[in-house]
Amino acid sequence: MRFSLSINGRIHHVDEDGQTPLLWVLRDTLKLTGTKYGCGVAQCGACTVHVDGQPMRSCSLALEAVSSAQIVTIEAVDGAETKAIQDAWVARDVPQCGFCQSGQVMSAVALLRAIPAPTDDDIDIAMSGNICRCATYNRIRAAIHDAAGRLGSGQS
Amino acid sequence: MIEASAPKRRFEMTRRKMILGGTLVGGAMVVGYTATHPMQVAGAIFQGGGPDPEPSAFGSFIRIAPDGWVTIVNKQQELGQGVHAGMAAMIAEELDADWDRVRVIDAHANFRAYGMQGPAGSNSIATNWDPMRNAGAAARAMFVAAAALRWGVPRKLIDVHNGVVSHPASKRSATFAELLADAARQTPPQQPALKQPKDYRLIGTDRVRRKDSLPKSTGAQIYAQDIQLPDMLVAMVAHSPRFGGRMAKFDPSDARKVKGVVDVFAIETGVAVVAESTFAARQGRDALRVEWDDSVAETRSTPELVRYYHETAARRTDLEPSDFHSKGKDAEVAFGPDAIEFAFDFPYLAHAPMETLDCVAQVSGWDVKIISGSHLATVDQVQAARAAATIPGRVDVEIVPAGGSFGRRGNLAADYLVECVRIAKRASGRPVKLIWTREDEMSSGLFRPMAHHRIWVELAPNGFPSRWRHHVVAQPLLPVGPNAQAVEGIAESPYLTAAEVIDGKIFSPNFPVPVAFWRSVGHSFNGMVMEHVVDQLARRVGRDPAAYRRAIYQRAGATRHLAVLDELCGKAAWGQPLEPGWAQGIAVHECFGTVVGQVAEVRLQDGRPVVRRVVAVVDCGIAVSPDQIAAQMESGIGFGLSAALYGAVTLRDGIVQETNFDTYPVVRMNEMPAIETYIIPSTNRPSGMGEPGVPPIAPAIANALLALTGSPTRSLPFLHGGAANAGFSNAGSANTSRI
Amino acid sequence: MRWRRSSGQSQRRRFGCLPILALVVVAIVLALAILLRPQPLPQAQSLPANHLRTEVVQLRPVAAFASIANPQARSIALFEEAGRVIQHPRCMNCHPRTDRPTQTDAMRPHMPWVTRGTDDAGAQTLRCATCHHDANFAASGVPGNPKWRLAPIEMAWQGKTLGQICRQILDPPRAHMNREQLLHHMTEDELVGWAWHPGGQRTPAPGTQAEFGALIKAWLDTGGKCPA
Repeated sequence: MRFSLSINGRIHHVDEDGQTPLLWVLRDTLKLTGTKYGCGVAQCGACTVHVDGQPMRSCSLALEAVSSAQIVTIEAVDGAETKAIQDAWVARDVPQCGFCQSGQVMSAVALLRAIPAPTDDDIDIAMSGNICRCATYNRIRAAIHDAAGRLGSGQS
Repeated sequence: MIEASAPKRRFEMTRRKMILGGTLVGGAMVVGYTATHPMQVAGAIFQGGGPDPEPSAFGSFIRIAPDGWVTIVNKQQELGQGVHAGMAAMIAEELDADWDRVRVIDAHANFRAYGMQGPAGSNSIATNWDPMRNAGAAARAMFVAAAALRWGVPRKLIDVHNGVVSHPASKRSATFAELLADAARQTPPQQPALKQPKDYRLIGTDRVRRKDSLPKSTGAQIYAQDIQLPDMLVAMVAHSPRFGGRMAKFDPSDARKVKGVVDVFAIETGVAVVAESTFAARQGRDALRVEWDDSVAETRSTPELVRYYHETAARRTDLEPSDFHSKGKDAEVAFGPDAIEFAFDFPYLAHAPMETLDCVAQVSGWDVKIISGSHLATVDQVQAARAAATIPGRVDVEIVPAGGSFGRRGNLAADYLVECVRIAKRASGRPVKLIWTREDEMSSGLFRPMAHHRIWVELAPNGFPSRWRHHVVAQPLLPVGPNAQAVEGIAESPYLTAAEVIDGKIFSPNFPVPVAFWRSVGHSFNGMVMEHVVDQLARRVGRDPAAYRRAIYQRAGATRHLAVLDELCGKAAWGQPLEPGWAQGIAVHECFGTVVGQVAEVRLQDGRPVVRRVVAVVDCGIAVSPDQIAAQMESGIGFGLSAALYGAVTLRDGIVQETNFDTYPVVRMNEMPAIETYIIPSTNRPSGMGEPGVPPIAPAIANALLALTGSPTRSLPFLHGGAANAGFSNAGSANTSRI
Repeated sequence: MRWRRSSGQSQRRRFGCLPILALVVVAIVLALAILLRPQPLPQAQSLPANHLRTEVVQLRPVAAFASIANPQARSIALFEEAGRVIQHPRCMNCHPRTDRPTQTDAMRPHMPWVTRGTDDAGAQTLRCATCHHDANFAASGVPGNPKWRLAPIEMAWQGKTLGQICRQILDPPRAHMNREQLLHHMTEDELVGWAWHPGGQRTPAPGTQAEFGALIKAWLDTGGKCPA
């Protein structure tokens, strides 16, 4: 079936089975490989994208379910929160192997958009759907606080 | 009595075949690397070359561009441990390059140019300390020589700093860029002078930072999973659900009907489905009909294996042990009634790196091109050549960063890579990307081995161990040689130094379940055993666990352990009472030359251990990159905590029960303790940091639980919510019992 | 220098050792070739289709309770039969007594760590809809339904006896519904209906939603009596 998808502000026409996970449409059809496959069962969060502004696991989203949605991937996520998060990630050398970090960044950006000054509990709730096997969690937490602080003081 | 059934023998042969190639080559490689020149030539022939590095006047590892930017070729795989920055820092320090104008690229596999390529045993910084510094210092000397010629001044009055060569007396200076052409014509000195540690400007400072944080924060970093090539096919393989099972019959008719499936065929490890896209390959594989021959497969369940281990340790099976450490002439004599007995059980563990196993291969005639997060690149090169029936010199292994490995990608059989080459051979020259699903990865074996430990200790009147009997049952990690990895960290323990009698025996059963290296290898359970036993001994003689350790370290002359312990007690405020319900636990363990001590603050909540804070102290010699040492400590603790709390791969009728993160849980954000890392200042050669942070966390928690409840821990993980037949603990409840 | 060792000049100097080494290499290669010689692989053939074995668990029909003369005992028996659905993991998992649902037939805590939030559909930053959508999704195995959410905390069933659950669902302040609405919820609600079509390898609730609804109706018609 043919579907028209709005991805990163552009309309893409893809001809795939409607039950194909969005993840593989992004990665294989559209070559947007920043979104990662880590578990395929919505356990690890490496495939997180924004669907109409909400973070969602693209491995668990059928193509036919998102054909009228606005999808944003790590390649095009932007705005003050994104810049603050990515700057903080680099400043703290958060990534190790880095494979989960696309998903971590997508979740963290969505967190800051929903809660501009998150507490540690807020971070636990928002980020516990994202696994990092290198266990960079403490630096992620610190970097989210850094980014929130910068946004709050208007330095972004 | 339980016996390994007769058909197993056939499998052993098969398994040996599988790994022998890699081991022979690995052995030759190690010899070739460490021996003198002729052997190195042999190694080079045997290992092949692969494409030669870009020629550079400054050697294989350093290229300097006309704009003065220094490009450092990282020969070791970057799999998260930050080695690319560490390797670059060692060169940049001696070169006195401007760190902000240093970039790092990954080498292709090439034994001739780079020697052995493969992080193992946390070796990267340790074994490359001299070669990298020499390379940097030689290049620096070439710039000094060029400047001395140009300015007509003695070399020894020339200074280099941040990529600028200067002669302070005459206030002349020139950048690397300005001197490049002249410097490239100089002869590199055979033995360049190296700096004294006190003169380091970069090493040991927080300026040594990762070079890959930006691409890894923006999704731009390319891993093997992300490779897209023209005409590329994606493959998945249906593997036997049981270890040692062989594919008997398969029916590809339904799989071929799936849109996008290009080909379905048998390979040595199962049935390959080749498709135009990953999802088509997956759907094609789901549609396959396969019958497996389990006649030589492992069909037992975990409780049966655990029972076999216990029977073996009790000498009730026909498996004969070998000595790994024996001291005192009456080592074999039975221990007296006063001997204190300890027993531990450890499960199989999966590595579960975030990036599952994957590889890209293209076979065109004699030439093979590999793109992979290749952990042991020079081994992978030989294994790829073997699979493609070509010579290693025709195999180009392009190393890309891996989304984690923890040892899984570093197996000598190179299982997933060989599989990819075999499929690519049938793809008429088209590149093939092999993807293993998470389920494939977790049920593929090469696990951290299961282990059973049984220990008897007799204490001298002074309260310290005088006789120590230690029996270990664990599958061997290598097909030949002593099962040394299973007992590393026991024989060299300072707790054994003063014992008059030591009887260390290792039983090495052979099952079809393949085992391999897992972050910290044998230390992953031996750290737990030694540290939890010593805590129990301390409590038995009424001593504070830290004071008891200190006394033993003093008697054993273990000065590095002592320094770590003292720093740890100070930083963690050891002995200061915590709030009610909380307790501290301590552990100090040496792993691959690095001594790590950790104090964990733990409480029990609904029977589950909760860790809120870990204080860690490390002596890893000269700290090349303090920030990355802290990062690896955090990583090791998080990784070890996942295994300690949840990690267990169990079998039911031979089939792996934990296949994804829902059944093989790992620590998430809400369970991660706060971590403080302190580094002992040192002028010793650096030792590794990728693994030594892992072993102490489990015993630190167990020792805290011992303090809280008086109950020792007899097996890991502390919690197991997976299969009911786990055999390791009662599902969902804390796994401790009174002595 | 180290990297000069591989230059052509230095290799020529050491040429004398090469024949012996070449012999060793050849021997090893031969040994490997014998050990690792290719073995024939099975050829494709026709095999019967994979069929999944599904065990259907039935509910006893309302008629089966007609023989119970005492109306109160019959009412209780009807509810106890319906209780096989109510206390099935497909239902209980989303009626937790904490902010965290459970999962699987073992009813272990939901992985990952999620909370109910203010509207029982997840925290603001980790909604149920992060993973669960309008339908079960075969590719990921993640279940879904348009109304996917937890039962309100007042409707917690976990840790309660069937009698306690019975009295709770008949108590409008806790059940948020009267008996008519309760019957409708049990017989018509599509999220309740998910329990019989849970997707993946999940065990469905016993019987069908219609049979379950009939039991509930008969139970209410007989006075809605509760077990002890």
